[in-house]
Amino acid sequence: ETIFPLNGSSMADTGVVEALLRRVEKVDDGVDSLEVATSLELDHQVIVGAVKSLQAVGDVISAELRSSKHWELTDEGREIAEHGSHEARVFGSIPVEGLPQSELMKLSFGKIGFSKAMSNKWIRLDKAHEGGPRIFRTVESIEDQVREKLLLLQKGNASQLEEKEKNELKKRKLLSEVTVKTYWIMKGNSFSTTVTKQETELTAEMITNGSWKEKKFKPYNFEAMGVAPDCGHLHPLMKVRTQFRQIFLEMGFTEMPTNNFIESSFWNFDSLFQPQQHPARDQHDTFFLSDPALAHDFPQDYLERVKKVHSEGGFGSQGYKYDWKIEEAKKNILRTHTTAVSARMLYKLAQQKFTPVKYFSIDRVFRNETLDATHLAEFHQIEGVVADYGLTLGDLMGVLHQFFTKLGITKLRFKPAYNPYTEPSMEVFSYHEGLKKWVEVGNSGIFRPEMLLPMGLPEDVSVIAWGLSLERPTMIKYGINNIRELVGHKVNLQMVYDSPICRLDS
Amino acid sequence: MPTVGVKRDLLFKALGRTYTDEEFDELCFEFGLELDEITSEKEIISREQGDSKASGASDIILYKIDVPANRYDLLCLEGLVRGLQVFKNKLEAPRYRRVSPVNGEPQKLIITKETAAVRPFAVAAVLRNITFTQERYDSFIELQEKLHQNICRKRSLVAIGTHDLDTISGPFTYTAKAPGDICFRPLNQTKEYTATQLMSLYKTDSHLRHYLHIIEDKPVYPVIYDSNGIVLSMPPIINGDHSKITLKTKNVFIECTATDVTKAKIVLDMMVTMFSEYCSQPFTPFKVLLVFQELAYRTERLSSEFINCKVGINESTEKIAQLLTRMCLRSRATGVGDEIEVEIPPTRSDVIHACDIMEDAAVAYGFNNITRTTPRTYTVAHQFPLNKLTELLRQDLAAAGFTEALNFALCSQEDIADKLGKKISETKAAHISNPKTAEFQVARTTLLPGLLKTIAANRKMPLPLKLFEISDVVLQDETKDPTFFPGRCAEIFVQGKSVGRLGVLHPDVINRFELTMPCSALEMDVEPFL
Repeated sequence: ETIFPLNGSSMADTGVVEALLRRVEKVDDGVDSLEVATSLELDHQVIVGAVKSLQAVGDVISAELRSSKHWELTDEGREIAEHGSHEARVFGSIPVEGLPQSELMKLSFGKIGFSKAMSNKWIRLDKAHEGGPRIFRTVESIEDQVREKLLLLQKGNASQLEEKEKNELKKRKLLSEVTVKTYWIMKGNSFSTTVTKQETELTAEMITNGSWKEKKFKPYNFEAMGVAPDCGHLHPLMKVRTQFRQIFLEMGFTEMPTNNFIESSFWNFDSLFQPQQHPARDQHDTFFLSDPALAHDFPQDYLERVKKVHSEGGFGSQGYKYDWKIEEAKKNILRTHTTAVSARMLYKLAQQKFTPVKYFSIDRVFRNETLDATHLAEFHQIEGVVADYGLTLGDLMGVLHQFFTKLGITKLRFKPAYNPYTEPSMEVFSYHEGLKKWVEVGNSGIFRPEMLLPMGLPEDVSVIAWGLSLERPTMIKYGINNIRELVGHKVNLQMVYDSPICRLDS
Repeated sequence: MPTVGVKRDLLFKALGRTYTDEEFDELCFEFGLELDEITSEKEIISREQGDSKASGASDIILYKIDVPANRYDLLCLEGLVRGLQVFKNKLEAPRYRRVSPVNGEPQKLIITKETAAVRPFAVAAVLRNITFTQERYDSFIELQEKLHQNICRKRSLVAIGTHDLDTISGPFTYTAKAPGDICFRPLNQTKEYTATQLMSLYKTDSHLRHYLHIIEDKPVYPVIYDSNGIVLSMPPIINGDHSKITLKTKNVFIECTATDVTKAKIVLDMMVTMFSEYCSQPFTPFKVLLVFQELAYRTERLSSEFINCKVGINESTEKIAQLLTRMCLRSRATGVGDEIEVEIPPTRSDVIHACDIMEDAAVAYGFNNITRTTPRTYTVAHQFPLNKLTELLRQDLAAAGFTEALNFALCSQEDIADKLGKKISETKAAHISNPKTAEFQVARTTLLPGLLKTIAANRKMPLPLKLFEISDVVLQDETKDPTFFPGRCAEIFVQGKSVGRLGVLHPDVINRFELTMPCSALEMDVEPFL
């Protein structure tokens, strides 16, 4: 149904509307729409349409929706009413001299009809017959009661059958009980047998010649669904990404080049002071590459400093005191976080005269984890980084407050946490008004000196950073519970078509 | 993040007061812990195995507490209570001391050179005159398990063995032998087995089979003997039954064998510091070997200005020393300027830099008491050119009536090769060495299979389906491809350079994606347009 009133072509049924009104005029206590349809020899839906269009023009009629049950033959039921029951057709196809069982079974009704006819004792089977099992009639004639009952029902004489009989036919799937919705139609307060024709469209012609002034226009039906315009759609996750990008740009953050899914373990872990035995570097957590398996180009002097800070310490650190292996650092992986790119950017920054920077990225990362309703092997990480002289933990909390305010989140609190490359590390919680509790919304911290100083950054420069996933806020925003309904080829495109615009702060 | 389960009432008894769940949750939050779950043994069994199995189980309330991954000193009830009591100023941080036995020589553990081939390090200690109760004993076993699962990396880096010292006699020998030459009665078995037999016996053991790989393919296996040839343990797999500890054990011999000696020392320090409170002279375990400085305290000096500047607070030197002391880092103002002397106890192996001390000061101060400030960093923002172009293209593609698909960057070899009518070797794809399923074999070399799979999953949607995706593909080298219908495919050139292809897909390709309708596609590289 469209939002437009009945237009010219269905108002071609003005004749139907008027015929209906004349019927209603004759009866004082009303008439049933199905009865009108039968007497006018029209489809019931046509009368329903006429009732609805009359309801739309005002109080011409009053119509009350009623429902009643009645019996209807199924497809199989109608076939039997026409050709006879399967058992009767079996009986009919057996000549006096009998019929081989194999011949009977070839007939469409053979199998079902045979067993019924046997139990009715209309036929018998001679298994020992020469030339194979053969079927013979056992009675002269039969009475096909099933067909007769169905014919009665088809003529609308359901009352002549007992409930038990009807239920039996229903059990054989020959009959079904259907509910019919009809209108009980009576005269309305402004009843009349003629209806003024209402215009549906305001045309260019009416505007030119001014005829619109004399015409009556049908009001729009705003209860209708409307027709979706034919257009393309952006994916909801990407709409949310656009908004996060916008927020970072508004805050003066420069976008990092994250177009490298493959990263060496060196940049992904070692440069971040993540020890080589760390569980995140396990086969169970990280995707390793077999081809190309190893990376070879590293800044050699920087690599030596990284090796030293892990294995012996230095830069004020005790180090982890283990046997750091270049072989482990060379292993190519699918990056497990975009912080690998942040490390590359900070190293690059350290190679020039230091100027303060603010960086961000939103891109894919990969984890070889156990998958469930909220975890996939790949997801998008949102990351923000600020490097400047003398940044404090209070500054990190202040920047996070500004960032989350732009997302419409103003109530924040921070919990001490652990992360190998940040110290202090803080989990960010926001108060969820709906759930009435604090929920984790991100992770943050100040990069460790063991990460920054080997790069060559000045000692009094602090680097604050935070990260969160893109999928989680998107799922909350769009009310999606299973991540598989949001990302990947199995998503329902209807979800993409229907997803509204994304406004994070409202 | 490791989770520690403690009995609530036992915890409150040790803390000297009770808390509501909310109050305790708040305390955890402030200290950097997380009260993850409030449950009971009965509830856990009922959830995992059904109500019928749970009927006899205990319904004593358990707190499941998430502990930061580097705080091994909080992995048991004893350590948690100590940390929280000191934090709340209810207790002074204990000092751990190594003492010599009252009479006789310290125990000795001799390490032979054969161990170099399999597990070269070992350290050991003795807890003397300890008193176990059922609860202490359970916690002792549980701590070993927590350490094994975390810092010990499932026993690969370090394995812990604990023994009743009164059933064995030193000096002890840590050596390595061929599996056929090691024979003993392992824990909870009735007869003796050779190491070779044990390895096959434990193949089906739900717990131990996970550790077999650590030594399985080595020519020799590690083993520890006492002076009478009794086997204490075959690390990292199993202890001998002979020396097993019981509730009646008075003196505990603890050995840690390792491939990483730093971690072995940390683990041994954790075992003895956590449980020395149950010794007749609390906090005084006896160490065995003198190859390293055991129960080492370290002193660091730093300025209160350093802490004030990094955290963004303004506290006196004395106040900061008090804050650190509440984190089990005994500190004092030395009186030289704003210098603070901080003592790092053996329980705090996580403190390796001044920034770790700074964090503890911030935690004790309370993260949420720090004033939130805005840095004055002035910068001009730049978009990454590739992403800037991508954003513009996406907008216009949607305006042109195409709907954006979002597919995985990982896929099967079949998706990018066989199904597109190509050989995998022609694709120049990057291959994953440890995919858990075929869906993660390679990084996609083309966006086409993802789009076709999206269409296949949306066959019920009204036609036409017009999809697009702009995203990264991973190629070791550029290649040509025969995915299109002959005579209905064209290569796209921009200023003389090939940037992609368009055309009608080959019917075989369409069929392989379980589709039946004709499909045309355009795929091009947007980077040349930057």
